[in-house]
Amino acid sequence: MVSLIDDIEGQITFLFEGQPVTARPGDTVASALAAANTRHLRDSVVSGEPRGVFCMMGACFDCLVEIDGVQNRQACMTPVADGISVKRQRGGVEVAL
Amino acid sequence: MSERSDIVIIGAGPAGMACAIEAAGKGLSAVVLDENPAPGGQIYRSVESVGQKRLDILGPDYAKGKALVSAFRETAGIDYRPCSTVWNIGSDRRVEFSQGGRSFGILAGSVVVATGALERPSPVPGWTLPGVTTVGALQILLKGSGVVYDDAVLVGAGPLLWLLAAQLVDAKTPPKAIVETTPPRHVLGLLPQLFGSLAAPGYLRKGLSMMRKVRRAGIPHHSGATNIRIEGDSQATAVRFESRGRSHHIASSTIALHQGVVPNQQITRLLQCDHFWDDSQKCFRPLLDERRQTSIQRVFVAGDGAGIEGAASAEMQGRLVGLLIAAEAGHVENERIDSLQSQLKREASVRPFLEKLYAPSSEVLSPADETIVCRCEEVSAGAIRKAVDDGAPGPNQVKSFLRTGMGPCQGRVCGLAVASVISQRTGKPPEDVDYYRIRPPLKPLQLSELAAYDGASPDKAVG
Amino acid sequence: MTGPTESASPDLLIIGGGIHGCAAAFFAAKRGMSVTVLEKDSVARHASGVNAGGVRRLGRDFAEVPISVRSMEIWHEIGSLLDDETGFQIAPQIKVAENEAELAKLSERAEALEMQGFRHEVLLDRAQLRELLPAVADHAVGGLACLDDGFAQPFWATTAFRRKAEKLGARFIEHVAAERIEQDGTGWLVTTASGIIRASKLLVCAGAWSGALAAQLGEDAPVRGIAPLMIVTARLPHFCDAVVGAAGRPLSFKQMPNGTVVIGGGRRGIADPARNRSEILFSQLNLTAETAISLFPIMAEATIIRSWSGIEGCMPDEIPVIGPSKRHEGIFYAFGFSAHGFQLGPAVGETMSELIATGATQTDLTAFAIDRFENHRRSQGGQQ
Repeated sequence: MVSLIDDIEGQITFLFEGQPVTARPGDTVASALAAANTRHLRDSVVSGEPRGVFCMMGACFDCLVEIDGVQNRQACMTPVADGISVKRQRGGVEVAL
Repeated sequence: MSERSDIVIIGAGPAGMACAIEAAGKGLSAVVLDENPAPGGQIYRSVESVGQKRLDILGPDYAKGKALVSAFRETAGIDYRPCSTVWNIGSDRRVEFSQGGRSFGILAGSVVVATGALERPSPVPGWTLPGVTTVGALQILLKGSGVVYDDAVLVGAGPLLWLLAAQLVDAKTPPKAIVETTPPRHVLGLLPQLFGSLAAPGYLRKGLSMMRKVRRAGIPHHSGATNIRIEGDSQATAVRFESRGRSHHIASSTIALHQGVVPNQQITRLLQCDHFWDDSQKCFRPLLDERRQTSIQRVFVAGDGAGIEGAASAEMQGRLVGLLIAAEAGHVENERIDSLQSQLKREASVRPFLEKLYAPSSEVLSPADETIVCRCEEVSAGAIRKAVDDGAPGPNQVKSFLRTGMGPCQGRVCGLAVASVISQRTGKPPEDVDYYRIRPPLKPLQLSELAAYDGASPDKAVG
Repeated sequence: MTGPTESASPDLLIIGGGIHGCAAAFFAAKRGMSVTVLEKDSVARHASGVNAGGVRRLGRDFAEVPISVRSMEIWHEIGSLLDDETGFQIAPQIKVAENEAELAKLSERAEALEMQGFRHEVLLDRAQLRELLPAVADHAVGGLACLDDGFAQPFWATTAFRRKAEKLGARFIEHVAAERIEQDGTGWLVTTASGIIRASKLLVCAGAWSGALAAQLGEDAPVRGIAPLMIVTARLPHFCDAVVGAAGRPLSFKQMPNGTVVIGGGRRGIADPARNRSEILFSQLNLTAETAISLFPIMAEATIIRSWSGIEGCMPDEIPVIGPSKRHEGIFYAFGFSAHGFQLGPAVGETMSELIATGATQTDLTAFAIDRFENHRRSQGGQQ
């Protein structure tokens, strides 16, 4: 189980896969999702296997998500903001033409 | 019109901050570009904003960072730009970076690379599953957000394993187990290294006190672990390994891996600085002269990016580089320079001991054939060995065959592991096997952002 | 690795392990010649390993059309010829016209080619263009296409020629540079840092580094190093099956089978052949990025993951030097492909092996003669 060790004032709400998630000031998208016990952040572009946070410091690119329609955002490097919409990055989605 | 700065420092950890403080203190213009929203680097991450509870858990070595960050904030003349991702540096020392969805360029008189270290790759079966992170990642969650898991199993080698375990004990969420790949303590055999070190007693005392705390908390500890594999289907559920002739299985959704830290070579490789293989640290390091300048003129490295020496040394190296560059501009302070250099020697004397004590496991240096080595492109150790057998002599040819290192991480995670597999397969030393050629952009860049970029900087009068 | 020794004296020594050198080695070995390839770096290290991989007849200089057409025939059989993976796939090559004037020019070209008996380039109207390129921008009015051109993996293809040549007995020596070339009776002596190689015949395929070798032989080949550059994006959903260029702006654009998009054809980087280095100037790439987005609006969302460039030899008239020396028996050249040599590799290799082995070839190489620059300069009355 995941828990938080201290209280921080202020509350931020954003969407993950359409569902509201609560975050605290200072959170990145990745840490807020970790606090919400969400581990699966994207699917591998090669095998489609699930991936989640690995390094938390911007090096591994395993936490890539789509934020407000923009793909390939590093969840661990993006400060969370009120109202943003975060989605799992999917692997080989077909585009509609 | 391009913006210019006497120094552009990349990274606002201890080395970058200290360098900026010294250089700006002598009147040089210093731009500090850092990816994170606040200064401190990984070691002092969030140190300005954490409450007392987290400060107590993270301990005095962390709290020390507060003073440095304050001095950095308060020194006049430092042009600090957070949330700035450097994605290229040209041979004209134009530092190109992205901030807030726009790209800018600054021409630097000197470039100081202070981008620190990365955790060494620890490829084991199952390490791509959600729930598997690095030990550093769990510490970043703790520092940055106070997020802790109550079932973490820490697997690998290195002082960070014990430090995080002790911090988690203080956070009242002790790790479920510590699984060390290093054999049972062999400190006696390391006495020769200890005698060579003036700084060792301090490190040894701290290390022993961390271990005592973890032991007293009754955390199961296994040493000499081999055949480590992480189980799970769409999420880690357990780790399996062998230790002292017995098989172990520990159920957990939170497995953290660590095999020490190594220099982040991305920028020095991009600039084609000369590097050498350090067999004691088992990593490549940029070759520096006595002024910490690389083989490329006016490109300096301060901190762990040049070799792992720890936070205290990183800060001193930052100061030293700042003072040396200022000295060229006529602000000479030989006494401080000499004193920093002798302190650095003293600090460095403990490294051979620590490197011997926490040598990376042979298993991660030589993963089994089925283990994925390149996480981005999902290339296994066996596929790399086959490419070598088919005639690929080094990482760049393996890359052309298999796409290793071609994913978004640009080889940051797999580089050393790939070089190590090739080195063992060919029987050539890592120095001859060489390393990936690093191509810009250092980090992914939106095509639309490039379309709007002309190499210049924002008009500061307007901005 | 075994270094060259005095005892090694092949029929043919090839200097340069790019696609032309490797293809020539393969075809010559297939003819039964003993062949050694000398490469100063590693095989396919420069332009042959890191180009965009386009296998294109479309839009070639008229002088190159016959050899390009022949090369395409070889590409279509390359799997069975080399029995190896080259990544070759048939795909349309399309040059997009963004207005009626551009389309009219493309139409003229197609007619002119047809007059010479070549029908591989076909004009596309608005609807045909969209059928082939559903993601193309609305303003595109048509295009010119070669429907069975394609693309390959350059490093794989070059390596495949090398491997097959080795199977046929060719010897490759890497990381050894040719330093001095001297005549020795009816043959040639090439001095390297690790020994001297004697060969009856010599083929120089050393790309940007060929000029200095030709100069040793008293032949003036004004080849200069250029650095064509490519950028590649993160994987995108599949939206494009063709290799695309623009009629009015520099662009080469293709989506790889794995979904990544490779964009090139625009500005060049800085080439430094003397130090084996090249550098990309991002501040000059904005037009390339703009062009890609304006032709394919979906690219506005794309993320650049990597860029690369390789050093290539370019001639003043941007067509290569292919053929025998005009001064010496037993010396041959194939270099200066000016950033479009990859597709030509197989046919150049075949032609050169024929020429070297038999003393003649059916392919008309007049336009590619090495002395064309000397003649040009003389008629201009100047030295430089």
